[in-house]
Formats: sequence, structure tokens, C-alpha cells
Amino acid sequence: MARISIDGKNLEFEQPLTILEAAKKLQIKIPTLCYNEHLVPYGGCRICLVEATTQTAPGRSRLVPACTAPAEDGMVVTTDSQRVQDSRRFIIELLLSRCPESQVIRDMAAEMGVDPDGQNLDVVGQYLLKRAPRREATNCILCGLCVRVCQQIPERYALSLKERGIHRKVTPPFEKVAESCIGCGSCAYVCPTKTITIEEA
Amino acid sequence: MKCKPEDIQSIRDKYASVSAIRSGEGVAENKIDLLVCAGTGCVSNHSLKVKASLTAEIQKHNLQDRIRIVTTGCNGFCANGPIVVVKPDDIFYQLLAPEDIPHLVEEHFLNGRPVEKLMYRPGEDEPPIPKMASIPFFGKQQLIALANRGIVDPESIEEYIALGGYQALAKALTEMSREQVIEEIKASGLRGRGGAGFPTGKKWEFCKNAKVVEEGGSDSDKYIICNADEGDPGAFMDRSIVESDPHALLEGMLIGAYAIGASHGFIYIRAEYPLALERLTQALEQAREYGLLGEQILGTEFSFDITVSKGAGAFVCGEETSLIGSLEGKLPEPRVRPPYPAQSGYMGKPTNINNVETWANVPHIINRGAEWFSSIGTDTSKGTKVFSLVGKVNNTGLVEVPMGITMREIVFDIGGGIPGGKKFKAVQTGGPSGGCIPESLLDTPVDYESLIQAGSIMGSGGMIVMDQDNCMVEVARYFISFTQEESCGKCSPCREGTWHMLNILEDITTGRGREGDIELLEKMGQHIKETALCGLGNTAPNPVLTTIRYFRDEYEAHIRDKRCPAKVCKALITYSIDPVNCTGCTACAKNCPVACISGERKQTHVIDQDRCIKCGMCYSVCNFDAVRIE
Repeated sequence: MARISIDGKNLEFEQPLTILEAAKKLQIKIPTLCYNEHLVPYGGCRICLVEATTQTAPGRSRLVPACTAPAEDGMVVTTDSQRVQDSRRFIIELLLSRCPESQVIRDMAAEMGVDPDGQNLDVVGQYLLKRAPRREATNCILCGLCVRVCQQIPERYALSLKERGIHRKVTPPFEKVAESCIGCGSCAYVCPTKTITIEEA
Repeated sequence: MKCKPEDIQSIRDKYASVSAIRSGEGVAENKIDLLVCAGTGCVSNHSLKVKASLTAEIQKHNLQDRIRIVTTGCNGFCANGPIVVVKPDDIFYQLLAPEDIPHLVEEHFLNGRPVEKLMYRPGEDEPPIPKMASIPFFGKQQLIALANRGIVDPESIEEYIALGGYQALAKALTEMSREQVIEEIKASGLRGRGGAGFPTGKKWEFCKNAKVVEEGGSDSDKYIICNADEGDPGAFMDRSIVESDPHALLEGMLIGAYAIGASHGFIYIRAEYPLALERLTQALEQAREYGLLGEQILGTEFSFDITVSKGAGAFVCGEETSLIGSLEGKLPEPRVRPPYPAQSGYMGKPTNINNVETWANVPHIINRGAEWFSSIGTDTSKGTKVFSLVGKVNNTGLVEVPMGITMREIVFDIGGGIPGGKKFKAVQTGGPSGGCIPESLLDTPVDYESLIQAGSIMGSGGMIVMDQDNCMVEVARYFISFTQEESCGKCSPCREGTWHMLNILEDITTGRGREGDIELLEKMGQHIKETALCGLGNTAPNPVLTTIRYFRDEYEAHIRDKRCPAKVCKALITYSIDPVNCTGCTACAKNCPVACISGERKQTHVIDQDRCIKCGMCYSVCNFDAVRIE
């Protein structure tokens, strides 16, 4: 049996287990956006970052995404240190700057103490939420859940990611209506910001 | 022919004259080798025409039995190409044109008078330096990874063997256990030359010891990969190694595969490197022919082969997990580590990945021993490092220097200082992931730790020198525009964050910067470094953070005074014509692409500021120093 400590609570566990799964067993809540328990973890949105110290490097803590990081024997994890809070605030401010109208993101930001309407912000928050240029309105945070669920559950590959960096977007392959789409609705179901909707034919 | 270990020695004996002439030791029967550089730099300066002319002249004078023309890879002194080196005398001819050749051949090889005007001179009035080894550019260099550069024909496996090639492989396979090879590499202190500097021996050991059991109970295959996806702007170390000595890379990979227990390897190389690809493909074919790749290599139980895979130009593929994704045919996106490739890499199998230069060091360590290798360099950084020295420096080219050498020695002793008597400002190491090192830190020794302390990284070896005419804010803007363009978009901080940083920097360089923007960039940069998924995002803010750290006054001038001290940022400068110096020659008016300069011949000219696009054409064509930039 291996043992991990999260926020001072101890858990004995069998490997393999991620930090997020271990935290769940201890009823410690870590925010997630690109995670779904039925899919291969992705580690993309970075909202689930936690601070972890391993036995091999005791003096050095690292920020790791709880959804992909394997829980290790002797690991000590903090989910609400100042460093974790600052990092999460930065991530949610970035996402809020991208999707200012998404209620899910606004609620999550509020929970983290970020006022979506721009009160009590530091220099980075001020920029991201008040001054940064606006792009085309979207609620898509590019978590890739829709693309991954389509690949991994019905295995239809009817959605894919196009372009890179800031230009990245989710589209059916070649931006045509995908023949392989069976209308199962998985993509809409997993979308954390409810950006994908199903239309009746 | 399928070689046995003893055949390597007999090929070496057969071609003994090659090593005798190239090394200058024990000269063979008055024979001469003319080494014509055919690296990408010299080829683009028509070295192949020089070669054709040499061939014709040698034939014409019936000298072909005595003089052999050998095409080599990059000599290193790219600034002065096309280059021909005469061996065994080590005479260095530079900046050659096909027209120079008839005279050169006649004088040097018929009359025995080497041609001084085609030799290197340190200054215009100084005497020429005939021998390559005496030229300061080469003096402080120490060659290990580039040991054969410019002296071996990269298209001839026999020449590689003649110069000592594949001996290390024979030694490893016949005299050393797999563990001994790994111990040797560990003891040498070799660290990854791709950027992060992870100890190579340790990496190999992790992969060798990784135990992955397949369904059905057998041990899983293991893979090794060579990362030749060199993408830093201004960097060409790996390309040059592959172009000039491809077998050194193959031999290093063979030794690594034996130690790790891999039966298959990949070389992931940029498709934009056609010459490197061609030479690599040829080297692989030759190695297979000689039984150095394939089944039962050198007659032993060890079997191994290599597949070449061409990259499609995504910078992020230089990151090892993205590269593996690309090899698997997936989107080139980084994966979160752990698990590391040593545990779960290509197709989920244990995989070891090193870059070209790291692999090229391996045969030398096996041949000459860990003790020899670790005697070079500093406490924590052993051996040498190859740099491509570019930018505002006299001797641009490829250099290999012992670790611990100072930046000053590289830029001023080897690089010959800054052209045009201009003032040095900074040197950028580590490409878009690195930082700018200012003059006050020029005595920083080149090793992994010191460079990190200075806010930069060793990186893969790009070294861009900048002078007084470079605007450091613009440099930071350029690098962040590169990383945001190359960000894959998987993780939020790199995708969104670098875009925001670019916007802020564009504001500053166009005069829209605001008080507090420096602190904003610093904070945002720290956040991105801390939260991004892979090495690309973790290091992307470095150029911004180091230029703020060392050149804060330039940022302040842009933001507060709306002034670009280096006179680079177009929105912050104006061009005007000084009536005192202007002779009315009309050169500026004739060359202005938007025709916004007016004035009669022999009268002072005037620039219409409203229509001026600040292209700088008038400034560069004026012969009377009459165009002012404010």
C-alpha cells in the first residue's frame, strides 16, 4: 500500500491512481474543466494545478495538474496554497477574458474570488478583463472534451482540432458535416461550457 | 559486404592515406586533398561551381593522380565561404569564386606559391594567415561532436571509417556489456545537448531498466529517437552535424540502442533540411550495406535499424512528447510528464530520445573514455557545446567550444567582435526559450547552471549577437510572436497568455504602452512559466523577462517618452533630411517606394511625413549622411 497526504489528510491507496482521484476519495474538491472520468486525462486547461512534493525531491515542490499526475508513495500535496490560488486565478482570468459571457466560467471565477465585472483585480486581472482586445465571442475554452469523447467513446472521429495557438478551433474534419457523426450527443453532453447544442433534424 | 569487427580495422588500414593526409601526420607520397566545403552556407554561395572549376583545372594540368578533390560538410567559418582547405598543409582559402580557380591551381600546385590574396586576414592591413589552425576563429575551438567537420566526405562511409569511425561501436559490441556502456556515459557527465541538460547516462538507464510486459507475457520493445527537429531561429548546429558527419550520429545511436536494448530507432528531422536528409538517407544505406545496421550487426547478436521521419515544420515537435505524438501520426501536442518517455513513449513503449549533438558525442566517449571527456568543461557541465554564432558578429559560423568558456571569448575572440565598429549590446542564447545576456555578464562561463542564473538557458545552441542598433523591446516582441505562433494551443496559459503578452508588447513598440506595462509583463510572464504544460510555454516568457531585467530603461523610454533609443520601432521614429549635408543628388527621391520625397536636383530634399512609411530606404541609399532618424 502506498500513502499520500493531501491538505494534511492521509490516504492509503493502490497504484495507479491520479492525485485528482486520490483527492476525490478524501472528499477534497479540486476544480476541473477539461477532465471527464470516462476519458483519458488531458492536462490542458491547467485549472486543476496543485502543489506536490515527492519523496525523491523533498525540498522542491512543483505545480502539477491533478488530473494527470500519478499519486506517488510519500507524496505531499497542497490544493489551496497561495501559489496554487494565484495560478488558478491566472488561468480563470485568461479563460474569462476569452469567454466573458460564459456563465460557467463566471461562476467558477467568482468562486475563486475573481469578480468577473472587474473589481479587486491585480495588474494582470485588470489587463485581462478590462483592457485586453476582444476576439470573436465564444464560450469554447478549447478543453478538447468534445473531440476526445467522440474519439474515445463512440469512436466516430467526427470532431477535430484545427490550427494552432490562439487560432485553434474545434470543427468537423475539413469543416464539412461529418459523415461519421451518429448524432449521439456525447460532445454536447461533456461540454463544460455548454457551447455545443443538439439541433433536432 | 557484412562487416565483422576486425573488418573495421582492415578498412581503416586500406584507407590509411586518407587519415594521413587529413591529419597532416605521416604524409603519403606527396598527395594532396582539396577539401571543398559543401555545407548549406557554402553551397548557396556557389561552392559547387568552385568545385567544378577546380576539377576542370586539375584535369587540364593533369594533376588528378596527385590531387584529389573531396566534398565535405560544413567547415564552420560560414561568413567566409566558399572555403577550400588544402591538406596536408592546412592552407585555408576563403571567399572563393570560380574565376579565382585557374590562377589558384597554377600558382599553388604548379608553381608551389600559395596564393596570399585568397587567404584569411584578421584586418585589411594585416598579413594573411595561411594555415587554418592559426586563424583565431578556429584557435579557441575544441572539436568533439564536430571532430570530422570539414575533413570527412560525408557521403563516404569508407572515409568515416578511415578517420576512426565505427571503432567505438565495435568496441562497445565486443568488449563492453550494456551496463558498462551506460556506466561509461554516466561517468563522462554528458548532459542532453537539446536544451534542458538532463544527464544522458541516467536517461539511458531509466529506459534500459523500464519493464513493460506485453499482453502474453513477453517484454515490450524499446525505441530510441534522434530529435533532429531543430527549430530555433538562427540555429543550425544539428543540421550541420548531419550534413557534415552523418555516420557519427548513426554510430552514437547504434551504441545507445545496444546499451538500452532497443531494436528500432527513428530520426525525426525537419523536411526543410533537404541536404541533411539526402546525406542521412545515403549514410543509412551505406551502413546497411556494411552490416552496421540491420540483423546481427558486426556478426553479433545485436540487431537494430533506423527509420527517418520528416517533420512538417511545427516548432513544438522539438519537445519530446510532441515529437513522439507526431511520429505516431497524432496531433503534435505535448503530453503531461510523468509518465516519461522512458516509461511510456512511442506507442506506449519505453523510449529514449536525445538530440543530434548528444548522439554525436557518444562514439568519442566510448573511444577515448569517460575520464578524458569529463576532464573537459566545468564541474557540472562536461565536454563541449556547439553553437551557431550569428547576428551582429564578424565571424558568423558554427563553433564548438569547451564548456566554461566565457561569452566574451566566443563573441570577441572567436567571433571577431562586432562589425562596423558598433557597440555590443546583448547575446541571445537558447532561441525563443532563452534570454538576452547583457555586456555586464559577458564574462559568464558557458555552462548549464550559469546561463540559467543569468535568466537564459543553454538551449540547443543558437547564439544571436546584437549591437547598438537592436531594440531590445522589439527583440522581445519578435521572440514572443514566434512562440505564440508556434504554440500548439493545448494548454490555456501558453495559448492565451503568449497572445496577450504579444499584444502588450505591440502596444509598447507602437507608442501605446502604458505606465505599469512592465510590471504587467513581468507578472504575466511568471504565471505562464509556472502554469504552462510543456517546455515551450514554460520558457516562452524568458526573452521578455530577461530584456526587462537587463534593459528596463529601453522599455521605459518606449512607454514614458514614446521613444525608441535604438531607432528601430517605426511608430516612434521619423526620418528627415539634414539641409546641411544634403547635396540634392536625388538618390533618396528616386528610391523612395511611395514617392514622398520632393526636391529639385542640387536642392535640399524634403520628406512628406504624412506619407512616409518609414521603410528606411532613403537612409540606406544616402551617400552624404543627410538622412536623420529621430
